[in-house]
Amino acid sequence: MSTRTERIRRAGMPYLLLVPALVLELIVHIAPMVTGIVMAFKDLTQEYIRNWGSAPWAGLGNFRIAVDFDAPVGEALLRSFGITCAFTVLAVGLAWLLGVTAAILMQDAFRGRAALRALFLTPYALPVYAAVITWSFLLQREGGLVNHVLHDQLGLVDEPPFWLVGDNSFLALVVVSVWRTWPFAFLMLTAALQNIPRDVYEASALDGAGIWRQIRHVTLPALRPVNMVLLLVLFLWTFNDFNVPFVLFGKSAPESADLISLHIYQSSFATWDFGAGSAMSVLLLLFLLVVTACYLLLTRERSRPRGR
Amino acid sequence: MADSAPTLVDGGPRPGGAPAPARPGGPARPARRGRRTPPGPTAPPRSFVWTRRILLTLLAVFAAVPLYAMLSSSLKPLEDVTGAFHWFPSELTFRPYIDIWRTVPLGHYFLNSLIVAASATVCSVVIAVFAGYAVSRYRFRGRRLFTVTVLSTQMFPGILFLLPLFLLYVNLGNATGIALYGSRGALILTYLTFTLPLSIWMLAGYFDSIPRDLDEAAQVDGCGALGALFRVLVPAAAPGIVAVAVYAFMTAWGEVLFASVMTNDATRTLSIGLQGYSTQTQVYWNQVMAASLVVSVPVVAGFLLLQRYLVAGLTAGSVK
Amino acid sequence: MRRFRTAAAAALTTALTVALATGCGGGTTTGGGASNSKPKELTYWASNQGSSLEHDKKVLGPELEKFEKRTGIKVKLEVIPWSNLLDRILAAASSGEGPDVLNIGNTWSSSLQKSGALLPLDDEALAKTGGKKRFSPSAFAATGQRGETPVAVPLYSLTYALYYHKKRFEQAGIDGPPKTWKELVAAGKKLTGDGRYGLAVEGGDPVENSHHAFVFAKQHGSDFFDAKGNPTFDSPGNVKAVKQYVDFVAGDRIAAKGNAEYAARQSVRDFAKGKAGMLLWQAARSQLLANGMKDGEWGVAPVPVRSASDGGQRAVNSMVAGINLAVFKDTDNRDGALEFVKFMTSTAEQKKLNDTYGSISPVLRAQQAPPRDEDEKVMRAVLADSSAPLPQVPDESKFETLVGTAMKELFADAAAGRSVTEESVRQRLGEAQQKMRK
Repeated sequence: MSTRTERIRRAGMPYLLLVPALVLELIVHIAPMVTGIVMAFKDLTQEYIRNWGSAPWAGLGNFRIAVDFDAPVGEALLRSFGITCAFTVLAVGLAWLLGVTAAILMQDAFRGRAALRALFLTPYALPVYAAVITWSFLLQREGGLVNHVLHDQLGLVDEPPFWLVGDNSFLALVVVSVWRTWPFAFLMLTAALQNIPRDVYEASALDGAGIWRQIRHVTLPALRPVNMVLLLVLFLWTFNDFNVPFVLFGKSAPESADLISLHIYQSSFATWDFGAGSAMSVLLLLFLLVVTACYLLLTRERSRPRGR
Repeated sequence: MADSAPTLVDGGPRPGGAPAPARPGGPARPARRGRRTPPGPTAPPRSFVWTRRILLTLLAVFAAVPLYAMLSSSLKPLEDVTGAFHWFPSELTFRPYIDIWRTVPLGHYFLNSLIVAASATVCSVVIAVFAGYAVSRYRFRGRRLFTVTVLSTQMFPGILFLLPLFLLYVNLGNATGIALYGSRGALILTYLTFTLPLSIWMLAGYFDSIPRDLDEAAQVDGCGALGALFRVLVPAAAPGIVAVAVYAFMTAWGEVLFASVMTNDATRTLSIGLQGYSTQTQVYWNQVMAASLVVSVPVVAGFLLLQRYLVAGLTAGSVK
Repeated sequence: MRRFRTAAAAALTTALTVALATGCGGGTTTGGGASNSKPKELTYWASNQGSSLEHDKKVLGPELEKFEKRTGIKVKLEVIPWSNLLDRILAAASSGEGPDVLNIGNTWSSSLQKSGALLPLDDEALAKTGGKKRFSPSAFAATGQRGETPVAVPLYSLTYALYYHKKRFEQAGIDGPPKTWKELVAAGKKLTGDGRYGLAVEGGDPVENSHHAFVFAKQHGSDFFDAKGNPTFDSPGNVKAVKQYVDFVAGDRIAAKGNAEYAARQSVRDFAKGKAGMLLWQAARSQLLANGMKDGEWGVAPVPVRSASDGGQRAVNSMVAGINLAVFKDTDNRDGALEFVKFMTSTAEQKKLNDTYGSISPVLRAQQAPPRDEDEKVMRAVLADSSAPLPQVPDESKFETLVGTAMKELFADAAAGRSVTEESVRQRLGEAQQKMRK
């Protein structure tokens, strides 16, 4: 084989390997998304869904309405955005906190550790629908387990609170989301802990560090790179999550738990205004891109030293 | 060995305290990487043990209570589940487990989900292995563009391209004569692509962690690039591949939004099919719970069996 | 090289996008309308009317076989849950890939008419289905915008009625069903106490809420749309109407606070269990039986009005609820589809299906049969005399979503102990109305 053909083969190989992934990405992600972006500039209401090529161009009209924060549509979007941010921060933060706690506490073997780990991982392994519908059952005001415990058994509240409507629904959403995602954090962090070389601990033990200090000075710093990745992944999943609020609340979420994904769904499907819905999605996408880009720039060097 | 707990105030070792008592004793198992097992049979300090007991108990309760409620509700008669909540069934019945198959064609939905999730997983893994290999082992133009683009698709809001994707399938179907709309194929294609970005990323990371010399040696020995990939890298990356497969399977198994628009009676998957227990007449809560359990058990079991690989696969890959 | 790749990627993306955009409305690719290219088969999307999807299949299966025997046309049936039906129709409309015949909620008629997804049933088409005259005029009024060609025919009709728990009424010493809202509230107060309530409402369900809002508004002489089809959500009459309904929880307190989160037919259960003494519902019989009640334990009466002397619009006490049968515009078996519509609305099928589902037939001939039970007797009378169709305007489905959701929030406010005033109602309705803008 001549070196030249060899060179070409070698140069062409990576592209060949990437073709299937590229084609799929193009069909399933990129092209529909570009179409979605185009839709955002159209006045795509029910009149045109059957042949939306003929829908009139709306220019920036859809965007203008979406960001007119003095009018109800924009105001609702802004509020929904704020709720989503608060929800994401809380849910991701708690999921991480529980995950890291459990991972560190279970680093050493003890009796029943394997069983406990299996229990912890189960919520994550449950299909979303099954898990969330169970929670919606538990969170009913009458006949739900949560109020049975809080009100009937512990007497912590005078009157059984609502969890699926009104202000508490935000809390309910956070709890359900954390319940489902913290095992993932736990899993990732457990994995990361196993990669910390043992001699680091030995060295610090020789220096006289107690276990708590080791956790602070050895374990947590060693988890840094995993945390970078973990938090980003959790952030994106949680921020865009549609399944959990949809199953928990149905098509119209209570105001206090009106996550952006469901809000956009309602703005496009329930009111048949796909132009407006797309415009909101585009704004959301821009936001996520900016956040992710910043995050990656800030953490790039540390999280992923790549390539040789 | 000295039980050091008394010398510890809320975890902080006292400056100048006795040296080295605080290392927790990993029980006898030979220390592997990552087991914080110091030489000698030290026990963890009591403060740590108690903290551990309390916190882990709380977490266990948090994780277990909904699972228990699922189980106990599935064993109650409908009267019981629609009334006030009780921890124990007033009468134990297995009826819901029989009724679930009649209220909705659960077996059929189960099969659909299985076919869709399994196919999506296999395809996703194979394609991600190729792509991950390219990204990990080749320096080529556009590599960075590719990784960034693919990763950024991870943040597309599903709702933005739900309808366009649906239209695309219909038009592709019309153009090629393959009925994609409403078929399992459309769903498989969708789910497998959903999981590709993270899969590629994780696998590329995993391949990175495998010394290059291994596959280069294989190539020198006369394997082509693909030979090296399949004979050397894939076996070495088994944990990473399992991790990716589990992730892909679970994503496909639980997805709701796209399944709700893209399936019909014949191809409906579980996540939509289970909604059938909520009918115009009432919600059969006990059957919902029973069916949820039935469809979860295989997935959970598989997940727990494979978690060992997951632990290895997740880290070596995405985290170095 | 790099530039080339980028260009190639861009080109491919554009190509795909253009393919999407032009091929779109997929219907256009198959000729943009009804044809008869597949005369021997039909796909039928049925809505969930029975106790489960499987039940519906069991009910409809034999009838479809009968149709096949008669015409040689094989009907492929898919029963779609309500939670899913409108999304599926929207997707079908946008792509042209859909059924040949389908059930729609009759309140969607105008919205879907505007989308052009359904086959307009002109005189020629209607003649093929047996003609318009066969149907009760009030039911037929909910098949599209007035003055335009209808896009559906009524299939099952429903109206709201007041269900009352006979035993609880007896215990509370109430003679008979209330005829006015004042009487209802008084009765409700007598029934309320000891953890039991006068009335159960489905406060977390936007669709139910919007239906009641419509009827209550009618009784206040008010409408949610003006003659031109523009929304008038926060008009004084509408505000009073919505407040009156929400006040069952907020002010009169004859309905339990917990009703604010009811969206899965818990109010029917509460009524069946005697936890609530009254219920405003459509054709509740099968649901009550499923919840353990027995025939004779409940009574049915027309929904109350504000004053017994009210006439005209103010005497309206129900919406014309029900299911319509429509033909999808992109059908490839137009004649067969119309034949199927004729079959489904034939007197024999109507009697059978409506009796099974507890609804009333919109077909006049079928209505001549003696009513099967008290439910049907009351509903027939209401449907004939005092019910009105929801506004037949293209934005109707938005009205249901927006006003219904606003009311859900008002119920949540009431449940949380916040006061619900005319001002707060007006504000919610005003916001809902502004979301209609566009």
